[in-house]
Amino acid sequence: MYNKGTIIPGLIIFVVLMLFAIFNNAGKKIEAPKVEKPVGYKECVKPVQYMKESHMELLNVWRDEVIREGKREQVEAGGVLYEKSLQNGCMHCHTNKTKFCDVCHTFASVYPYCWDCHVAPQEDLALKEAR
Amino acid sequence: MLEKSLKGNLGYWAWVLFLLGIIGVGVICYIVQYNYGLGATGMSRDVTWGIYISQFTFLVGVAAGGLMLVLPYYLHHYKDFGRITILGEFMAIAAVAMCMLFIMADLGQPMRALNVIFHPTPNSMLFYDMIVLSGYLFLNVVCGWVVLHSEYQGIKYPKWVKPFIYISIPWAVSIHTVTAFLYCGLPGRHFWLTAILAPRFLASAFAAGPCLLMVIALIMKRTTKFDIGRVAQDKLVTIIGYAALLNFFFLGCEIFVAYYSTIPGHMHTLDYLYFGLTDHATGQVYNNLVPFMLASVVMGFAGIGLIFVSRALKSDQLLALSCILIFVSFWIDKGLGLVLGGFVPNGLEQITEYYPTFVELGITAGIWATGFFIITVLYKIAISVKLENEKTA
Amino acid sequence: MDSSRRKFLKIAGISAVAGIGAPSALNMLMKKEVQASSDGGGHGAQPDAHGAPAGHGAAPTGKRYGMVIDAVKFHDNPGLAEKCIEACHTYFNVPDFGNKKDEIKWLWQVPFTNAFPTDESHYKKDDRTHGMQFLVTCNHCDNPPCVRACPTKATFKNADGIIMMDFHRCIGCRFCMAACPYGSRSFNWRDPRGSKDGVPFIKKINPEFPTRMRGVVEKCSFCDLRVKKGLQPLCVEATGDTKAMVFGDLNDPNSEISQVLKARFTIQRKPSLGTMPSVFYII
Repeated sequence: MYNKGTIIPGLIIFVVLMLFAIFNNAGKKIEAPKVEKPVGYKECVKPVQYMKESHMELLNVWRDEVIREGKREQVEAGGVLYEKSLQNGCMHCHTNKTKFCDVCHTFASVYPYCWDCHVAPQEDLALKEAR
Repeated sequence: MLEKSLKGNLGYWAWVLFLLGIIGVGVICYIVQYNYGLGATGMSRDVTWGIYISQFTFLVGVAAGGLMLVLPYYLHHYKDFGRITILGEFMAIAAVAMCMLFIMADLGQPMRALNVIFHPTPNSMLFYDMIVLSGYLFLNVVCGWVVLHSEYQGIKYPKWVKPFIYISIPWAVSIHTVTAFLYCGLPGRHFWLTAILAPRFLASAFAAGPCLLMVIALIMKRTTKFDIGRVAQDKLVTIIGYAALLNFFFLGCEIFVAYYSTIPGHMHTLDYLYFGLTDHATGQVYNNLVPFMLASVVMGFAGIGLIFVSRALKSDQLLALSCILIFVSFWIDKGLGLVLGGFVPNGLEQITEYYPTFVELGITAGIWATGFFIITVLYKIAISVKLENEKTA
Repeated sequence: MDSSRRKFLKIAGISAVAGIGAPSALNMLMKKEVQASSDGGGHGAQPDAHGAPAGHGAAPTGKRYGMVIDAVKFHDNPGLAEKCIEACHTYFNVPDFGNKKDEIKWLWQVPFTNAFPTDESHYKKDDRTHGMQFLVTCNHCDNPPCVRACPTKATFKNADGIIMMDFHRCIGCRFCMAACPYGSRSFNWRDPRGSKDGVPFIKKINPEFPTRMRGVVEKCSFCDLRVKKGLQPLCVEATGDTKAMVFGDLNDPNSEISQVLKARFTIQRKPSLGTMPSVFYII
């Protein structure tokens, strides 16, 4: 092999750097984020486990059904009908975006662009303050 | 083979650094645009495409123009083009790369660009444009690289490239035809709504592409030992001259149809581009492109005249000058007037003029520099291989 | 195996593949064709079809929403058009940037010359028509050039003939804006949620409807979300009892709009382009 002297140390440095995050956090206790659940509502439109794992898929399905297929019929949860809508459906119960959506999203380092357009409850006020 | 691009004299490295500097400026400008939105450009509700899309349109032509260098050699076994076919293919690679960058720069949501593939829409001309452009890039990379690499190894290129070379010839026509179809299939944009748009695009492409190549070849003749040869040069003059004449013939046809029929919609944009368009409500005259368009006509005709004179006089300086004249003339015609003019007046017959912003010009310069960077590296490799082979032969 | 047999097998194989594939491909094409013609005739239909009682094209199926704008009534009711625009723009969070370059509008007013540029006669310049303003918006064409141009189906025609925008999918190429002959589309050149000198571009955000983000195209949606619930579009609602705007199903011969179109002479914007607009004007 040519340049053995530089390639092997280089490779080692690269691997160490790449694994740094694992070494650094190994053994530390990291607490799962606590989301604030809506008060006064017992049931969601889907089981909790499904919502935890796949709410984004459901939102995408709703989006296409409502906009593209015109299927705007409401969905039922615990005997109550809700709109198939993020800001008029989900946020009807989950009124606090910061303590419900953001807590988890920030923890998982995902930044969905929903809120670039959709308006969270009270967010119009928050926006006003920010300006 | 790539290592050839890492060996060069001071001039080569100075040029590369210069290009990288401009690319850097382009990147900074793009970050500004990305953070602010396309409002950082001079485009508006009425003129929705600006200098990006017009550069894209022109550069598709430059890419298609490579055909004029490939076709005689591979289809007619015109041996004197043996040294320039590879240059034609590499120029096409750079031009298509620039086209794609200009499209990306023009998107309001560049992160969603792949939606064109995720949601394929065969009724949209942009869908086909994506296919033909990426196909053309692929064909030229494969053909150019394989042929040159075989030459580098001192063997004849493998047989399997032949079909790709033959496909690339009609493919070159398709890229500019589809690009013309982007415009000429839109109802209500009278200036673009003309069946002659694709032929006009091709004529200007077959002149502008070889013009650029000729200028680069003449520069290389001075700075390196690489000479494409007098015979190839003279043949190129014929190709450029006739293609450029055809372009003006087509333009003349457009002008006749508009001004003989005197249909207002057909005259409006031509008025705006060549004479100035008056807004009847306010009496104001809009003519910000008139000096450019008139210069385009003058430079185009001067270039055509001079290019034949240069051949008679065997003058490389005059040849370079006439090629630059024709190239700039067609750049104005297609890279400014065609796209910008189509938006004046708008669908409600209101007039809005467009002026690019500095950010926009910075990005445009950056993309052009990227193209020249690609050309520089590829040509450096190509001529190194060619010169080395000739030394050993 | 000798070469002629090999050749035969090759050809047989290819034709078998083609034989299996071709009918389904043909089928797909035919289906599309059928759909296109029931959509209102596609390219083949005559643009003058609006005179027919059914509204548009041949063999209409399903709903086809349209609108009649009575420019005379708007002329006689000063301030009414502004009320319609206000109703639309406030509900849909349409920003006001205060300059022409960034402008976004779904519904606005222009003089006759601009609304109907090809219909202008050199000598017939009666004061009334030329003093009037005309509300213009998306025409929700039966044969929409914008839908044809869009490379991602971000703009599309829904089952009710409404031309929709899917803001989630739009890549901001603005091909639709070049394709629209009516200048009905606007682009978010910058963030509509921003502000200038402390004044927000959207004065009061309506929490019922999303805003847009920069880099997408937007336009009038015929209030599809309201229409689906059996309500009238906001602009029509804003005209109250004046009947300055009539909205309804063009395919239903008994609908109010069909009755109006039967009884009154109406014009469309640029009918010669074959786009078959669904917005009609009484002048």
